[in-house]
Amino acid sequence: MVTLNVLVLVCLLYVAFLFAVAFGADRAALVGRGTWLRSPIVYTLSLSIYCTAWTFYGAVGFAARSGLEFVTIYLGPTLVMIGWWWTLRKMVRVGRSQRITSIADLISSRYGKSNTLAVFVTLVAVIGLTPYIALQLQSVTLSFATFAEADPFTDAPPSQQSTAFWVAAGLAVFTILFGTRNLDANERHHGVVMAIALEAVVKLFALLAVGVFVVWGLAGGVDEILARIDSSPIARWEVPGSRWVGLTLLSAAAFMCLPRMFQVMVVESEDEDHLRMAAWAFPTYLMLMSLFVVPIAVMGLELMPEGANPDLFVLTLPLRNGQEGLAILSFLGGFSSATSMVIVAAIALSTMVSNHIVMPIWLWSTGGGAMVSGDVRSVALLARRLSIAMILFLGYCYFRLSGGGTALAAIGLISFVGVAQFLPALMGGLFWRGATRSGALAGLGVGFVLWLYCLFLPSFGASEIMPYSVMRNGPLGIGWLRPQALFGADGMDPVIHAVMWSLLLNTCTFLGVSLLTLPKPIERLQGAQFVNVFQHSQTPGSWSGGLARSEDLMIMSQRIMGASEAQAMFSKEARKQGIAGYLPEPTPDFLQMLERELSGSVGAATAHAMISQIVGRATVSVEDLMAVADETAQIMEYSSKLEAKTEEQARTARQLREANEKLTQISVQKDAFLSQISHELRTPMTSIRAFSEILRDSEGLSEEERNKYASIILEEATRLTRLLDDLLDLSVLENGQVVLNSQTGQLSDMLDRAVSAAGVQDRLRIHRRREAEKITLHTDLDRLAQVFINLISNAGKYCEAPDPALTIRPQAENGNLVVDFIDNGPGIPTDQQAMIFEKFSRIGQTKAGGAGLGLAICREIMGRLGGDITYLPGQEGAAFRVVLPLREAATVQAAQ
Amino acid sequence: MTAKKTPVFVQRRTYRRRRVADGARLLPVFGGILFLIPLLWEGDPAGAEAVPDGARTAWVMTYLFVVWFGLAVLSGVLARFLVAEDDGGDEEGES
Repeated sequence: MVTLNVLVLVCLLYVAFLFAVAFGADRAALVGRGTWLRSPIVYTLSLSIYCTAWTFYGAVGFAARSGLEFVTIYLGPTLVMIGWWWTLRKMVRVGRSQRITSIADLISSRYGKSNTLAVFVTLVAVIGLTPYIALQLQSVTLSFATFAEADPFTDAPPSQQSTAFWVAAGLAVFTILFGTRNLDANERHHGVVMAIALEAVVKLFALLAVGVFVVWGLAGGVDEILARIDSSPIARWEVPGSRWVGLTLLSAAAFMCLPRMFQVMVVESEDEDHLRMAAWAFPTYLMLMSLFVVPIAVMGLELMPEGANPDLFVLTLPLRNGQEGLAILSFLGGFSSATSMVIVAAIALSTMVSNHIVMPIWLWSTGGGAMVSGDVRSVALLARRLSIAMILFLGYCYFRLSGGGTALAAIGLISFVGVAQFLPALMGGLFWRGATRSGALAGLGVGFVLWLYCLFLPSFGASEIMPYSVMRNGPLGIGWLRPQALFGADGMDPVIHAVMWSLLLNTCTFLGVSLLTLPKPIERLQGAQFVNVFQHSQTPGSWSGGLARSEDLMIMSQRIMGASEAQAMFSKEARKQGIAGYLPEPTPDFLQMLERELSGSVGAATAHAMISQIVGRATVSVEDLMAVADETAQIMEYSSKLEAKTEEQARTARQLREANEKLTQISVQKDAFLSQISHELRTPMTSIRAFSEILRDSEGLSEEERNKYASIILEEATRLTRLLDDLLDLSVLENGQVVLNSQTGQLSDMLDRAVSAAGVQDRLRIHRRREAEKITLHTDLDRLAQVFINLISNAGKYCEAPDPALTIRPQAENGNLVVDFIDNGPGIPTDQQAMIFEKFSRIGQTKAGGAGLGLAICREIMGRLGGDITYLPGQEGAAFRVVLPLREAATVQAAQ
Repeated sequence: MTAKKTPVFVQRRTYRRRRVADGARLLPVFGGILFLIPLLWEGDPAGAEAVPDGARTAWVMTYLFVVWFGLAVLSGVLARFLVAEDDGGDEEGES
């Protein structure tokens, strides 16, 4: 006989073997050798964790109690799998493109990276899966107990509770060793997946072996077994339609929503193409697992004594018929089923708990978020290990509470209904852009509460949690709130009742609230990313790195990813940007990449929160939406650049045009100057020559006439000289050859001199303010007087007013002497104001015989004196402003 | 001389590929209906012991497993076609 000790030894050896396989696979993946690790067959086999101890032991029990109904649990996943093109492909694509770490992460990512939603999904998943874990503990415990009973050397078999406890503890240690060696969930657990694939083979082989033994060894062939089925208590096909349809739908929903299925199907997925093989291979696997269930159940019912637990027929049939080797194989198959499920479920749940509950709380409680000292990685790992222990402990508690006597399938169905509550939010999120976070939260909340009320709490039986009176008459005697006959739905199967109400109201609430609420921008952004994942597998919400500090980002990344990985990533990015060293510019692309990398370790919501803490922005702005939605922003930026360039060119062109105009004007001026000067020289020369000839040739001129002609000649010669003097003066001034003769004097004296020198007193009234003229000047007074004389005589010559007047208004302003000369004439037209200081420029028709050099000389003189002369527009007449710096005069004075 | 035919050929391939994808989408619906059919064979409701022509578990089981196997095969064929269509987009001269 197989003793209990031998069994324990076999178990330990098997576990050690699994561990070696996992270790080897991890090593192979590390050195890049294991391409076979990433083959579709391994992927398909890893999906078989759907078949847990529930399948291995429970299906036979299910069949023994309800006939063919057990098969619905496998028909649902079959339909989902052959419909992979619709749903699973999209889930895997989204999972890969968004670096999803768990189903909670997927749902929270879809609904705007909401951590509230992630926490809620995590809690539902943990509570929902507790019965499922208890189921595995129960099955392993029962199988141990079966061997213990048959063990002749054990007087007092260990109690079920203690066995369950040690199994739970052992599984916790095993899972921690297996699942939390590396942190990045996106690096994928090659070892675990390999071990699961191996266990899938073991359990299939074990179940087939038992089946073959039962059909050909016990029953005696296919025809024989069909006849026995026909004569067995489950011979009649009498499955209620509601259960048949309901359980098929439920198992299909659970297949997509179970955290452990999501883990192997999406998170551990290496390649979307692997689904192609899984599409036919996984249904085949399920079919093979189900093939011998009914025969084993029938033979068990026939051969085993009354009252034997039908859940254990797989084990007890070989044991009773002396097939100890087969019994041990069968035990290993069941053990494999239970352990692989617990390992993956615990890994998936612990990832969710640590990413969505522990890490946010830890980051929040340490205040500075990502900026605190200490290694985030160790915290994350510790959180995961503790979560695994906690999850198994919860499972153990459920096992204790439920008493360990319930049929396995009944326990499993409770879990299925619990996780199926994710379905509306999940499918809505993948296929409907209108689904909102509020809708998902509300729907999930309603479904969860109904599940608790209608199925989970009653599963403990009539107890303190839910007294018998409530079960029978409803809370406070309200009949239509009875947990198993809600709204008067009396006489329904409890599971179907719970499925119907929870999923129906969940879906309705989800749809209704989604229709009524408005999603935030980031939700709409993520919604478009998820629903249209095949159109554009591109970026989610982008970051603007304006405020981000690369160094802080690096410090944070080092804590999460490990120093060397983070440094390698940063320097690679810096090189890509063409920057030496470790700190790249925090471009939106880089921030996005970083967020995805980090979300592999701590989940999308946390990674988003951490980066936004450093970058300083928690939400997505309208600009980001535009940038992501389209390249509009780029195009706009480009066109605005073009616009600026165009404007600049237009400015340059304008300047060029102005310069050209000026050149043309100067050229015209030069021509005018030449003709002017020849004209100016020629007029006096002509008269001088004419009168000289008269004097020479005419005889008998009177003395008076001779004097008159001679004085004309003299006058003309003087005018000629003056013109030449002016020209010379201008030329000297322009060439900077003038020597200034500084003197000190009073402004009033100078103006007196100038007024008298201009000789215009008879035809021009001059308004002066004597008291304002008491200003001492130190400059070349003669030159300044020349300017004043010029201005005053100009006023006398050109002022066309009937009563000409000139106002001279001196004032000291900002250390400058400002003297305005304003007459009451018509002034100078705007278009000619720029030209009056040019040589030979004269306004309009030359009325008085000036050469047009006066103002040009004035400008040159004032330039030499460090001041300026300008035309002052906007006065009642022509106005000139002479500006002379006083300070310079003062300093010159002080120096003397 | 095939230059003129190629576009038609490609179009037909694209068309086929879309129909294969449609088929892949319809397969679970088809399978679901097939799995529901045994409900029609149900004998009398519980209590009627001796109904000779009521469906037997053995019979239904055989039917279910045959359908199951058929669906797996069909799914495999479709998956293979989807592979061939996706990969063979630019090598139409081959077939």
